[in-house]
Amino acid sequence: MRKIVLAAAAAFILTAPAFAAEEVKPMEREWHFNGMLGKFDKQQLQRGFQVYKEVCASCHSLNYISFRNLEDIGYSEDQVKVIAAEYQVTDGPDENGDMFQRPARPSDHIPHPFANDQLARASNGGALPPDLSLMTKAREDGPNYVYSLMLGYKEAPNGFELNPGMSYNAFFPGHQIAMPQQITDDRVTYADGTKASAEQIATDVVAFLHWTAEPKLEVRHATGVRVLLFAFLFTVLAYLYKRRLWARLGKH
Amino acid sequence: MSTEKSRLMKAWEWHEQRLPIGSFLDHSLGSKYPAPKNLNYWWNFGSLALFMLVTMIITGVFLAMNYTAHVTLAFNSVERIMRDVNNGWLIRYMHSNGASFFFIVVYIHIFRGLYYGSYKPPREVLWWMGVVIYLLMMATAFMGYVLPWGQMSFWGATVITNLFSAIPGVGDAIVTLLWGGFSVDNPTLNRFFALHYLLPFVIVGVVFIHIWALHVPGSNNPLGIDAAPADKIPFFPYYVAKDVFGLGVFLMVYFAVVFWAPNMMGDPLNYVPANPMVTPPHIVPEWYYLPFYAILRAIPDKLLGVVAMFGSILILFVLPWLDRHPVRSASFRPIFRIFFWIFLANGLMLGWCGAQLAEGLPLILSRIGTFWYFFHFIVLLPLLSWIETPKPLPASISQPVLSPAE
Ligand code: HEC
Ligand code: HEM
Repeated sequence: MRKIVLAAAAAFILTAPAFAAEEVKPMEREWHFNGMLGKFDKQQLQRGFQVYKEVCASCHSLNYISFRNLEDIGYSEDQVKVIAAEYQVTDGPDENGDMFQRPARPSDHIPHPFANDQLARASNGGALPPDLSLMTKAREDGPNYVYSLMLGYKEAPNGFELNPGMSYNAFFPGHQIAMPQQITDDRVTYADGTKASAEQIATDVVAFLHWTAEPKLEVRHATGVRVLLFAFLFTVLAYLYKRRLWARLGKH
Repeated sequence: MSTEKSRLMKAWEWHEQRLPIGSFLDHSLGSKYPAPKNLNYWWNFGSLALFMLVTMIITGVFLAMNYTAHVTLAFNSVERIMRDVNNGWLIRYMHSNGASFFFIVVYIHIFRGLYYGSYKPPREVLWWMGVVIYLLMMATAFMGYVLPWGQMSFWGATVITNLFSAIPGVGDAIVTLLWGGFSVDNPTLNRFFALHYLLPFVIVGVVFIHIWALHVPGSNNPLGIDAAPADKIPFFPYYVAKDVFGLGVFLMVYFAVVFWAPNMMGDPLNYVPANPMVTPPHIVPEWYYLPFYAILRAIPDKLLGVVAMFGSILILFVLPWLDRHPVRSASFRPIFRIFFWIFLANGLMLGWCGAQLAEGLPLILSRIGTFWYFFHFIVLLPLLSWIETPKPLPASISQPVLSPAE
């Protein structure tokens, strides 16, 4: 094991990887949550959650999200209870020492779609669908990248060798991805009646995933404005005081 | 009321006679510490570095209250800090970006010293203590970066600790000791956490010595000549006020990043949990190590690369004897000044190279840059000490330059 790690590390230092895939710039989009005062659009996050639930959840986990967190995106306590109760989770042991199934409660984490990574791989042609909670922070230019990835499925160009079970994606490094195309027009029917074009669905699910990655974004922006305002006033006062003080010294 | 006050004063004096803490502070950073009156804003960065050190320790202690140093829990505990701990996101972003800003401040502080010749007599020991602080900071930040146990944490730790295996004879033993086993694993994480907690306090100790050594000769100044007592002003209130203003400006920049671009200086891959089975295609250290990483990779031999990398920092210890030119400030050394800027540009170029794959143009540039780095110290500076004619120096800080005609 040590030899292998040593060799790998040495190889990286000395030769450095020659196999880094060529980079494709993702499509740029305007996001609600960007900018000084950027906020999440709660209606959009709820649509995004619907997309996650109906499309992505069969393969991808959302490890860092509990049902109770959904109150942050505008669901009431009771609505969260109802959403949670649609899922079964394993609990126990009971007084007889047996594990048992029960409906999920708001304090439970969103259950993992697969019992373990091996099963997840076995169900996905050997590839592991990664956890999505931090996805928009775990890739360069994350929100734009995931958005582009979702819409980047195309016919493989002539001469491109696609392995069996793989799809061609313009934005995935190396272009071969084990995840089949997920988002097409009307893939979901939105509860709020929004027209479900592929772009709309991709936008909504990315906004939702950015919330799962950075749930404190809104208070961060709001706190930032106050802190910066304070720092600015502090600086102005400090400057005026310094100038008055130094004026005593004459030239300096 | 007035008797009340004098009683308080009496208590204070009683205490001062037994432990003169007030007088100590007054002599260290107060009205009894005279500083040259002509210090410019580049002299603000020492107090800013101290501010960042304190900020790192305070935020670090609060992080440590919620952090778990175990390979199965570390990543999750950091996410818990980000999501469920009150203001945890703020503390963590202040700490992770604080490390970057600490380095920005210290780099400016170091280059200030290089430009104005602050390493020259009688400040050699002061300069040494600075280099020791810098080395300790590098070690501290390296181990801190391992703690969240993301992909870059793990692979960065693997690559960097492996460097020690290049040392002939004892290399492998050192690496095993660092790892606490035969690969980067739980024992590594545990000892790195213990050391990451310890080293900042060692830095505090060295900072004390650094400031002590500063107080013997006092501050250098932009003219680089010795300041006469008449050209000095008390540190308090003048420089305290100036430093507080500088702090305000600095805080605006620091907070802008903490609140609006907290992940700008981090690698996205560190939001992927560490996985020993998946090697990232491109392992890059944090930006503040990049010039040295470029030097390491510029040299095809592993041992020599490691020697060059450590040598590039250790050479700073002997800088006072490489540059023996009697004039301190670059303002009066036109040739040195040009090479100072070339040296800075070269360092930035090396930093850029460190972030690229070591092949093609970046590799060639990092070889040229490495050569120039050592050439500057070993050949240029001694040579300039011999041959460079300085511009005429002013007789004192308040007197204009004596022109030769007079
Ligand atoms: C049929 C199972 C399946 C479904 C449904 C699915 N994915 Fe995936 N996804 C995968 C697999 C498998 C991978 C790993 C791909 C690889 O490594 O080649 C993956 C990878 C990803 C990645 C990471 C790409 C990268 O850069 O590594 C993202 C992002 C992603 N999926 C988003 C989504 C979203 C959003 C949805 C719902 C709209 C979704 N997936 C639905 C199977 C699925
Ligand atoms: C010289 C001062 C210090 C420097 C330069 C420094 C640097 C760092 C860095 C770069 C990280 C990784 C941040 C990230 O990417 O998440 C980190 C994490 C951490 N540091 Fe420090 N640190 C310092 C002082 C301290 C102190 C004094 C403590 C504790 C008493 C501490 C506790 C922690 C903890 C618990 C983490 C892991 C949590 C996290 O990753 O956010 N640090 N440090």
